[in-house]
Amino acid sequence: MSEGTAAHLEHFQDLERQAHAARLGIWVFLASELLLFAGLFALYGAYRVHYPEAFGWGVDHNVRVLGTLNTAILICSSYAVATSVHMLRKGRAKLAAGLLGFTLACGATFLVIKGFEYAAHFREGVFPGGHGAFFHGKPEGLKVFYTLYFLMTGLHGIHVIVGMGILAWLLSRILRGQLAVPHTHPLDIGAVYWHLIDVVWIFLWPIFYLTPGAL
Amino acid sequence: MNELLRRLLSLPPQASRMARDIDMLHYFVIGVTMLASFLVGVVAWTFIVRYRQKAHQEVTVRVEAPLAFEVPMIVGVLALFLLWWAIGFRQFIEISTPPPHTLDIYVTAKQWMWKFSYPEGPSAVEELTVPAGRPVRLIMTSRDVIHSLYIPALRLKQDVIPGRYVTMWFEADKPGTYPIYCAEYCGVSHSRMRGRLVVLSDEDYGVWLAASEAQAVAPRDTDGVATPSDSNLRSVGQAVAVRRACFACHTVDGQRHVGPTWRGLYDSKVKLTDGRTVVADEAYLTKSMMEPRADVVLGFNPVMPSYHAVLSEPETAALVEFIKSLRDAPVAPGVVLPPVETRPEP
Amino acid sequence: MSAMSPGLVPQGGVLSVPPTFVNDDESIRSWLLTTDHKRVGVLFFVSTALMMALGGAFALVLRIEHLTPERTIVDALAYNRLFTMHGVVMVFLFMIPAIPGAFGNFLVPIMIGAKDVAFPRLNIASFYFYFVGAIVVLVAMQAGGLDTGWTFYTPYSVQSPSAVVPTLIGLFIVGWSSILTGLNFIVTIHTMRAKGLGWMRMPLFVWSIYGTSIIQVLATPVLGLAVALVAIDHGLDWGLFDPARGGDPVLFQHLFWFYSHPAVYIMILPAMGVVTEVVCTFCRKNPFSYRAIAYSSLGIAFVGFLTWGHHMFVAGLSVFDAGAFGILSMLVGIFSAIKVFTWVGTMYRGSIAFKTPLLYVFTFLFLFVFGGMTGIAVATTSLDVHWHDTYFVVAHFHFIMVGGTLTAYLAGLHYWFPKVTGRLYSERWGMLAAALVSAGFFVTFFPQFLLGNAGMPRRYYDYPPEYQTLHVISTVGSWVLASGMILTVTYLAWALKSGKRAGNNPWHSASYEWLTRSPPPPHNFDDTPAFVSDPYDYTETGRLSHE
Repeated sequence: MSEGTAAHLEHFQDLERQAHAARLGIWVFLASELLLFAGLFALYGAYRVHYPEAFGWGVDHNVRVLGTLNTAILICSSYAVATSVHMLRKGRAKLAAGLLGFTLACGATFLVIKGFEYAAHFREGVFPGGHGAFFHGKPEGLKVFYTLYFLMTGLHGIHVIVGMGILAWLLSRILRGQLAVPHTHPLDIGAVYWHLIDVVWIFLWPIFYLTPGAL
Repeated sequence: MNELLRRLLSLPPQASRMARDIDMLHYFVIGVTMLASFLVGVVAWTFIVRYRQKAHQEVTVRVEAPLAFEVPMIVGVLALFLLWWAIGFRQFIEISTPPPHTLDIYVTAKQWMWKFSYPEGPSAVEELTVPAGRPVRLIMTSRDVIHSLYIPALRLKQDVIPGRYVTMWFEADKPGTYPIYCAEYCGVSHSRMRGRLVVLSDEDYGVWLAASEAQAVAPRDTDGVATPSDSNLRSVGQAVAVRRACFACHTVDGQRHVGPTWRGLYDSKVKLTDGRTVVADEAYLTKSMMEPRADVVLGFNPVMPSYHAVLSEPETAALVEFIKSLRDAPVAPGVVLPPVETRPEP
Repeated sequence: MSAMSPGLVPQGGVLSVPPTFVNDDESIRSWLLTTDHKRVGVLFFVSTALMMALGGAFALVLRIEHLTPERTIVDALAYNRLFTMHGVVMVFLFMIPAIPGAFGNFLVPIMIGAKDVAFPRLNIASFYFYFVGAIVVLVAMQAGGLDTGWTFYTPYSVQSPSAVVPTLIGLFIVGWSSILTGLNFIVTIHTMRAKGLGWMRMPLFVWSIYGTSIIQVLATPVLGLAVALVAIDHGLDWGLFDPARGGDPVLFQHLFWFYSHPAVYIMILPAMGVVTEVVCTFCRKNPFSYRAIAYSSLGIAFVGFLTWGHHMFVAGLSVFDAGAFGILSMLVGIFSAIKVFTWVGTMYRGSIAFKTPLLYVFTFLFLFVFGGMTGIAVATTSLDVHWHDTYFVVAHFHFIMVGGTLTAYLAGLHYWFPKVTGRLYSERWGMLAAALVSAGFFVTFFPQFLLGNAGMPRRYYDYPPEYQTLHVISTVGSWVLASGMILTVTYLAWALKSGKRAGNNPWHSASYEWLTRSPPPPHNFDDTPAFVSDPYDYTETGRLSHE
């Protein structure tokens, strides 16, 4: 792909069609990702109704400040990546690249904070599957709570890593001049995926950090 | 007519009035199904013959379905489907709602056998004996994986789930012996997990019951847990309560202690600390033993330990029966019972 | 590019065979790394056909085992694994991917006048997800396979010592293929239709693929989650569905059926699309109502997501839930009824050529109505209590899957065989095989309704001797069905090599795929047609516009 030309893939009539198709494609993909997480949220909902006190206790035991900090970090990163898209479209590739780098840094910070949280849980003896000395004598619902916690934040974390990979690859393409006006839509795609990751977290945040006590 | 259709469709004998009712709906639905498919086949075949191609690359006219055709067809078919739903759902409600005053029998499913425990009788493996003409309620749980109790002659089936009690009720009216199958795949011997429903006339049932109590064999538990030799489930339950130190916190005569009294508990409305009000049925009693922190009664502290890994299934069932028997037990002198709401007699 | 009518192309003074998607670069590498949707379609066709044969072989063994009430040729352990693998292979490795992957891929771009799908590289990646996933499942079979049934109910699936984890990993990978294929078709249909080709003039097969794709994208992730959770519980002992740790095994069933009910519509919708095409072409008629077919495809896709609880009437649902799911199930059946009405209505005043594809469609009509209405029957809650987990349900879904989807698949196979291969098959052998398949199918599966009525549970290795007669009849039927299938493979293989050459349009159809050569050129059309004609116009006006 040479820089800045209207070159497009053969089976499309023009670049605009190709970009449009790519954008529709990522939104369709997002729908499938949403259903994936929806299944887990449904499980959480069903189990929470069954064990309101245990779940409330578990939420209370998480560190609300860290969860909120992570939310703020992801929101900033989404803002950064959205601005990056805008800048790239305006031809300001260097700024776009810098903003992308910032997004990646946010993602990394998010993961580090999550890492600290997991480490703290493991130290306490909280492991998924109700294994660990922590659970002796505690209500059964707590085992389910923590298994779901690790599953949902873990799956989300995997998506953050994949998202960072995609953004890093796009960053490298920008730096090599392969992604520039008018061929900028791949960054749109990566940014939309990143926004999904943010949106999922925005729902994980309240159910694991903000709602102690009976639902 | 019923008998003819029943045999034609390979349906088993109808051992209850409910089975007969269900078969009536069956005939209606299947009859229309066969009619519809034959009708479609015949009409299609008629068109294929009548409108067969007469010339090469023949031209045809454009025909669009008139709304006057489509709408009645859709509405008519939908109405028929919803009629079936309505009849079927009414029947399903009836199947799912046991009448009051049933003969309760506990059923334990485990790989790969069925165990039946009677409140006033012995336990039996594989053979479920019931009197004809009396409603029977099965209270069932599984020891391991999901099984399903299936009695074709009654047209009834219920999945039996570990960690939970489910119920199924019926009133058999024809004495006889009918097969019982497990209908949920549960491992290598799934197809061998069978049993027999033995329906006896009321008289014969009384005879059977007396005979089994006389030669009572204590429920043998393969977990190695010692069980008392008295086969009466309620007595067993009382013995379990002694052995497991339940009486350290619960009384049987209405007095408040560390935990709520068992007198008058069964079937009463209980107010919980989280604001809910629940009925103290078998499921509640069992849950209170397994997850005591889940439903804490208002005015009491959450100090009861869980008996989840402690009580075996037969012990749990026996305790439940014992508590049930205390519903109208005598109250200790001087005790003023708090007003207790019971479920109104239907 | 040829400026003349399709035929020999003068190239440098020498007359040579015009390039088709087959002969244009015949190297293996070009096939394995193809981004040509037609080649991807062929790859899917061959792979899914092989899987069908494997699943069919398992079925034959199962039926032989059932000739006697006790052990006939295999023991219980092997039987339980065989019925599980039969289900897994047939559902996930044949029924779900076959028509969309093979027919959809080949035809959809041509039918909308596009050069390829929206994402050709994603398309071949889709194929490899399927292929790799299938290999993993086959390897797991080598390790003994699993015995949980294709429904993997917990807690048994978490406890079973069989090859649960590798099989589920394989299925998880195959699921990706389904999602990406669906995604590709949705974007293709939205963005790559030829100029002037609106939604309401596309061939209806495209509508059926569109509806199917919506289901694939939205439902498959939930299956992925469900099998991943079972694999995690099994492999890592996380006990999410373990009652001893507060888990609820019935929640797995909700997750599983939330996918698997819409999945059955993935299996039937494309088949319905094939039926529409065959009926219109062989009756030389416009569809009785284009809108009815188009909208009912969407109706099935959406309402199909709301009915999963009808698989759980005796699993411990509340009475209210049972009622609600029952009504919704009745509703979803109406869309199929609309289609049947429309297909039969299309035959009215047609000019009907009774060829092999139409014989299959005739069989389809009868068997699909029978199977579909037994579906309405099992949705009638009180009746399902007796039928659930018996051979009645097995008969019901085989009537739809085999009597419906497979016959439609065979109809489509014969209909489009000339387009893909450029050859004609023998009508006589086609009709004979169709008769064998139809008769064999009925003798195999009709007795199973009676077995279910009589109380014979499914997934039973041993059975009480009173069921033997019906089982023997069913097994004999399976041999007739198998012979029909083997015959079909044989004469089609022969036709591939030595069949008479087909022209562009041996069926004289008005649909768009017949406007191009057989086999089509690499970019689908030598000269892209204007796509102004109506693909179902067999009137005088239509004939004139075709000249």
